[in-house]
Amino acid sequence: MNFRLALVTILTPFVAFAAMPAAAQQVLDLPDEAEDMAQEGEGEGEGTVVTVTADSWNDLGIAIASFATNRDVPTPANSSGTAALGLELSRVVYNDLRFNGLFRPVGPDSLPRPSYDQITDPAWGTWRGRSAEMLVHGYVRANDDGRLTVGCYLYDVELEIELVREGWVVNPGEWRRAAHKCSDLVYSRLSGEDPFFDSRIAYIAETGPPEARIKRLAIMDSDGANHRFITNGQSTALTPRYSPDYSQIAYLSYVDGNPRIYVYDIDSGRQTLVTESSNPTFAPRWSPDGRWILYSMAIAGNTDIYRVPSSGGGRPERLTFSPAIEVGGSYSPDGSRIVFESDQSGAQQCYIMNADGSNQRRISFFGGRCATPEWSPRGDQIAFTHIAGDFHIAVMNTDGRNMRTLTNAWHDEAPTWAPNGRIIQFFRTERGTGNTSIWQVDLTGENERRLRTPVGASDPAWGPVLP
Amino acid sequence: MKRLIIAVTLTSALALSACKKEPPVIVPDAPQDTVAPTPTPTPTATTPPGPQPGSQSHFAAAMQGADTIYFDTDMYNIDNEDGAALRRQAEYLLQFSNARATVEGHADERGTRDYNLALGERRANAAKNYLVSLGVPESRLRTVSYGEERPAATGSTEAAWARNRRAVTVMIER
Repeated sequence: MNFRLALVTILTPFVAFAAMPAAAQQVLDLPDEAEDMAQEGEGEGEGTVVTVTADSWNDLGIAIASFATNRDVPTPANSSGTAALGLELSRVVYNDLRFNGLFRPVGPDSLPRPSYDQITDPAWGTWRGRSAEMLVHGYVRANDDGRLTVGCYLYDVELEIELVREGWVVNPGEWRRAAHKCSDLVYSRLSGEDPFFDSRIAYIAETGPPEARIKRLAIMDSDGANHRFITNGQSTALTPRYSPDYSQIAYLSYVDGNPRIYVYDIDSGRQTLVTESSNPTFAPRWSPDGRWILYSMAIAGNTDIYRVPSSGGGRPERLTFSPAIEVGGSYSPDGSRIVFESDQSGAQQCYIMNADGSNQRRISFFGGRCATPEWSPRGDQIAFTHIAGDFHIAVMNTDGRNMRTLTNAWHDEAPTWAPNGRIIQFFRTERGTGNTSIWQVDLTGENERRLRTPVGASDPAWGPVLP
Repeated sequence: MKRLIIAVTLTSALALSACKKEPPVIVPDAPQDTVAPTPTPTPTATTPPGPQPGSQSHFAAAMQGADTIYFDTDMYNIDNEDGAALRRQAEYLLQFSNARATVEGHADERGTRDYNLALGERRANAAKNYLVSLGVPESRLRTVSYGEERPAATGSTEAAWARNRRAVTVMIER
């Protein structure tokens, strides 16, 4: 599977649009008072509560206008044509920024619709009048080869300058990725952080009553779109992890009656055992370079951590040797170290070792238990499940200091980092019903939101930003 | 110093859990054995229309609940009560030498998923090792951990969790 989007370099507004300004004006015959066409509606009033953090860039008012098109033509990406697709693209950008509590975005449904030539020449007065500090414009163009070119522009309304622009060529089926790339461009430029929207999530979809829950492997985009079930639910699936290149998913399945890690190849649909062994294997994890898979294996009831080359056929190497439970594990971004959990002290605590298993030492000494540690992609923090009565998501420095609890529900478990290390995703179990749902929280702990999934959801695993 | 504190805490936890342990409450909606009211079933006395020796229904009827042992939170030790149940299981397995069994290890919902899988392994193996120590050939026993995935009781109560922290011996039907 090829995930790479073609990046279009847009040199200047003149170069980008010189080829067809006439066509643009011809087809998109919008009245000058475009504001009259503004539709108040499913914009801000929808009722999603977003808490604004102390970060100053989070208070920025951003207008995200409908993307224009040079020519409204049919496209497989939208049954109503490229003009309708332009509106959809801008809605995806708006929802990315809105649902993540970033900035104060105003969406296309309550804004004037710019014409194609206004994309590179914004009507500043219009936007200043709406007290937008930042403005996102974009366009979509159907190419002769059937693909789409999507351009994305960020303007500072106050200064009347362009801050950044980028363009992508996508297959029609991947149009949402161009919108996520635009969200990433805006987010990165304004926050100084790395992008994260154009990424995917593997998780376990849950249906049925608690005593006979059906658990299926499923995948989706970071905003919940393009949802797809991978397993049919006949056997329990648990704890998926995307390979760093998104080509494979390692997960646990009871398909042969025993808990075993399988590596599922997304393109071919083939799956193979992570290691040929009659012992149960669980808790799979990839190394950041994708060359290794960590897994936990129980022999005669004693669970330890092993690693095996992901290419298959390699000899597994045992990394922990205590008679206690050692389980899970998460690599540092440079692949040199692993944080894992062990109950050798009498209860679950977090430990660090070198990637070859040497130099093991406990890092968590703050009271309560430390479980499911996950190293931040930025390297400076470790997220984990803090068990102290209830189960909370917490972070600490890599030396175990500066522990901070981010959530406060009855049972939050299994943190997984956004690719940029700014947001942590986890799952929440409801007391009594056992119903599960995926949530996200930022590092301040102030912005918490539920990710929409078609059914119950647990064991989320966030993959890296797509190339 | 730290080590000492940990050791003391652990010991007191063990002592506490040892006296705290109560027989799990059987909630009314527990699955009923179809052959429930057989008074003191002696497997040899089974008449032809009844369940076959070595079958799951025959075993469950003979055990009268002794097919399951229960654990305290995060524990996997075999206490006296568990030992009595496992001796009944062993007697059965030694009497019916064709019978093969799976010992299933389970955990309650108040744990993290991976750890619960490891804990279920510990519990299943603790029960299996005890059966082997009583003379049951290891080759006739297998183990599987279901972690928290197959609760016997639902709901988020101490009573439900106590019923779910268990190892269950199940006959392998042929």
